[in-house]
Amino acid sequence: MSENFKPVTLNFGPQHPAAHGVLRLLVQLEGEVVNKAEPHIGLLHRGTEKLIEQKTYTQAIPYFDRLDYVSPMCQEHAFALAVENLLNIEAPKRAQYIRVMFAEVTRILNHLLNIPAFAMDIGAATPMLWAFEEREKMLEFHEAVSGARFHAAYFRPGGVHQDLPENLLEKMKNYFTNFPKFIDTLEELLTENRIFKQRSVDIGILKKDDAIRLSCSGPVLRASGVAWDLRKSQPYDVYEDLDFDIPVGKTGDTYDRYLVRMEEMRESVKIILQCIENIPEGPVMVENNKITPPKRSEMKNSMEAIIHHFKLFTEGYRVPEGITYKSVEAPKGEFGVVLVSDGSSKPYRCKLRAPGFVHLQALHFLSKGHQLADVPSILGSLDIVFGEVDR
Amino acid sequence: MTSLSFELTIGILKIFSFVVPVLVSVALLVYLERKVLGAVQLRKGPNVVGPFGILQSFADVLKLLTKENLLPSSSNKFLFIFAPMLTLILSLIAWAVIPISSTYVIANINIGILYLFAVSSFGVYGVIIAGWASNSKYPFLGALRSAAQMISYEVSIGFVIITVLICVGSLNLIDIVESQKNMWFAIPLLPMFVIFIISALAETNRLPFDLPEDEATLVAGFFTEYSSISFGLFFLAEYANMILMSSLTVILFLGGWYPPIDIFPLNAIPGIFWFVIKVFLILFVFLWVRATFPRYRYDQLMRLGWKIFLPFTLIWVVITSAFLFYFGLLPN
Repeated sequence: MSENFKPVTLNFGPQHPAAHGVLRLLVQLEGEVVNKAEPHIGLLHRGTEKLIEQKTYTQAIPYFDRLDYVSPMCQEHAFALAVENLLNIEAPKRAQYIRVMFAEVTRILNHLLNIPAFAMDIGAATPMLWAFEEREKMLEFHEAVSGARFHAAYFRPGGVHQDLPENLLEKMKNYFTNFPKFIDTLEELLTENRIFKQRSVDIGILKKDDAIRLSCSGPVLRASGVAWDLRKSQPYDVYEDLDFDIPVGKTGDTYDRYLVRMEEMRESVKIILQCIENIPEGPVMVENNKITPPKRSEMKNSMEAIIHHFKLFTEGYRVPEGITYKSVEAPKGEFGVVLVSDGSSKPYRCKLRAPGFVHLQALHFLSKGHQLADVPSILGSLDIVFGEVDR
Repeated sequence: MTSLSFELTIGILKIFSFVVPVLVSVALLVYLERKVLGAVQLRKGPNVVGPFGILQSFADVLKLLTKENLLPSSSNKFLFIFAPMLTLILSLIAWAVIPISSTYVIANINIGILYLFAVSSFGVYGVIIAGWASNSKYPFLGALRSAAQMISYEVSIGFVIITVLICVGSLNLIDIVESQKNMWFAIPLLPMFVIFIISALAETNRLPFDLPEDEATLVAGFFTEYSSISFGLFFLAEYANMILMSSLTVILFLGGWYPPIDIFPLNAIPGIFWFVIKVFLILFVFLWVRATFPRYRYDQLMRLGWKIFLPFTLIWVVITSAFLFYFGLLPN
């Protein structure tokens, strides 16, 4: 190399069609080969953790929708579980089933965005539009239960906000029995496509040890061959009673990560169908009016109910002093909430563990020595959403 | 004097009779592309401007014309403006030798195919100049890629054309078509036909070979810094080139203006009709490929060009000429 040689530094993002949000990557190039890829984050920082400290526990829920805005309900789930743990209550069975069901719908929604986005980074535009149509149908289920397509605020500490509307289970059953057919069509377009394989096989290999060393979780870890899934290893809600497999990859390249996500969608469909089959009747909220709001009908007749309602929506409920960590298997990996309560109605501290933030660390490790064109596809295969990275 | 000016007028009219239909079909092609992509992707495509959205491309051109043309302050202004002009001019002057029927051609020269080859090789200059003059990193990388890509594919395109020339014995495009009266070259030279279509995709920077503009890595590649009509000129040139390459495919392999079978109701239809139909069929393949395939990586594309296409076409040239020589079929 001559003395005059100077590597090119490319400012990849934050305004870049493939940067997945507001990522700013400083890429050092030697020709087209990446020497160094340095992510600069913080362009979407909104101070979520600090804001949560100023709000009551109920008011904190919507912030969780806005972290990883592609899989909102899973994050509410972690928060609900953490608060329930501090309050020492358990959601009724029906609520648990509903939560698991919608956590899995959310998982499919997330993968159905990530897989085509990954394909688009490689250059195939069609899967994206196909997947969006299906996503739209599934978002209707979100809308049916919560009134909102994305920012649902549906999972609450103590259960879920409302019971399911009539006929929803039937509609969901119809839809999800047929959904694997769509996965097949999507696979036809990508899985055996030679160009797709050339672009993804052996790109961004993450070995078992490296994956653990970089504290990866979720599909990224499983693609590297580690069968670690919080739904199995420390089951929450009703995951224990359900029958599903954990897809595991072999080599840990971007192609494996894609395959694992594909299989996970099929498993999620299995879980959803089981939930629809087994869901019991009963309440969907803990019936303790110190924590959950009273029924509307009761408020017409009972003074006590009105007082409860007033207290809950002004001061909120008090949570006993303590500290807890609860994590769920969010579609992107382990999403955890550390909650410190000082006994008041607002959390003293709420620390979030976002999988995307952790995975972004692996980007330099994965893309070093690859071509520039592989950087977006590696980024896509890590499934990073900036809402949760910057928080 | 009068005869000179008369000839000049005729010449200009002839040129217009080509350039105007080409530009109109560019507009139609853009519309067709958006409709085909829409159909493949389960959406509607343009459907607001005019009946079935057919005026969409004209509206887009009007929009581009009325926008401000931004010149990056650190760019080389002359070359920056010159590059899109060069690209468009090159993609239009190539039409001078394209025969769309046995009589209708602007310049029926004996080295038509060489002329086309030269003009299309020049096309890369527009891209490289644009990438360099922008003085920005993404366009620069796009220009570098484009240079490598063009060289890799021109060589194998050259060999494909040589195979056809060996079978015809003439460089004149009309002769090439007329020698296919009984059998289109696509049938005996099927592998060459396929390679030519793939190389044509690479030559026109279409997916899966659109590396110079690769939006996933290079934003928009060599025209990242361009705006307004200077961007529009690149856009026009790309689509004019697509039509040109399809016409060339039709001339070389699909029997130009001849009907598929030389029987009554088919050969009564004017040749120009068949020509246009065939060109649009090839264009449809271009669009279909775009909707279906992901994009190659730079090094993989080079590998395909140098390690697979080049040896294959080379061997095929030898086989074809040996075959023709042995059976005494070589044209005089």
